[in-house]
Amino acid sequence: MVPVIVFAAVSIVTLGAAVAVVTNKNILHSAFYLVLAFVGIASIYVLLEAPFIAVVQVLVYIGAIAILIVFAIMLTRRIMSKDIEQRNAQWIWSALGALILFGVLGWIVYSANWPVVQGAVPDDPIALLGQELLTTYVVPFEIASVLLLAALVGSIVIGREREQDSRSAE
Amino acid sequence: MSIPLNWYLVLAAALFSIGIYGVLSRRNAIGILMGIELMLNAVNINLVAFWRFMDPGRLTGQVFALFVFTVAAAEVAVGLALVIAIYRNRDTVVVEEIDLLKE
Repeated sequence: MVPVIVFAAVSIVTLGAAVAVVTNKNILHSAFYLVLAFVGIASIYVLLEAPFIAVVQVLVYIGAIAILIVFAIMLTRRIMSKDIEQRNAQWIWSALGALILFGVLGWIVYSANWPVVQGAVPDDPIALLGQELLTTYVVPFEIASVLLLAALVGSIVIGREREQDSRSAE
Repeated sequence: MSIPLNWYLVLAAALFSIGIYGVLSRRNAIGILMGIELMLNAVNINLVAFWRFMDPGRLTGQVFALFVFTVAAAEVAVGLALVIAIYRNRDTVVVEEIDLLKE
């Protein structure tokens, strides 16, 4: 019974925070609600007995991505005050489409016959995860590291101020 | 195991729908990126839930969740760099006003 209560509470907090992320008028508050939603999702991973994924969620999503988003908002905030309309003209159709999508997905989830197996998580899942990453999935692992490096260098190149630009402005 | 798989899947579906609403309805490019993050998180919940309920002996689902983390981090870094570069040049992050190719 206890996991069900925990799941219900975490789900309500997560979904409420997610709705606040997409509807809040102040974009900075949206970013803080995004952090709350990430915390809720990390607790879902704990309920699913994947503690390593939960820790990575906190480290990567809250520690890096959410902070990066807050930085970006603060760098562009001048024109993003509360009085500016944050929704575009088609928001009602977007809401309708999202509701229909949710209905279809829910219907699929409940009509499909998932082949659920009752199994236990391995004794040392983190060691096994490391083994899988460096044996079976070594090629995707290396490609992911190259992708990260390329994205890092690319974002620095895109984001820095060009020297010739500032020189021509002088 | 008292929580059925369907609950996790419905939670992920709800998160994904909320994310897609955010992507479609926000005028602010950073708001759109936040919607994308919600959608990626919904996918990750699905991956880990399917791993737990269908193949808990091997860790395939967790491995794929880690790859999604990596790609999400790369995506948000490049995306925000683009937003800041556009803001520096055009002085706006409202996607409707970024229409250079239309002019």
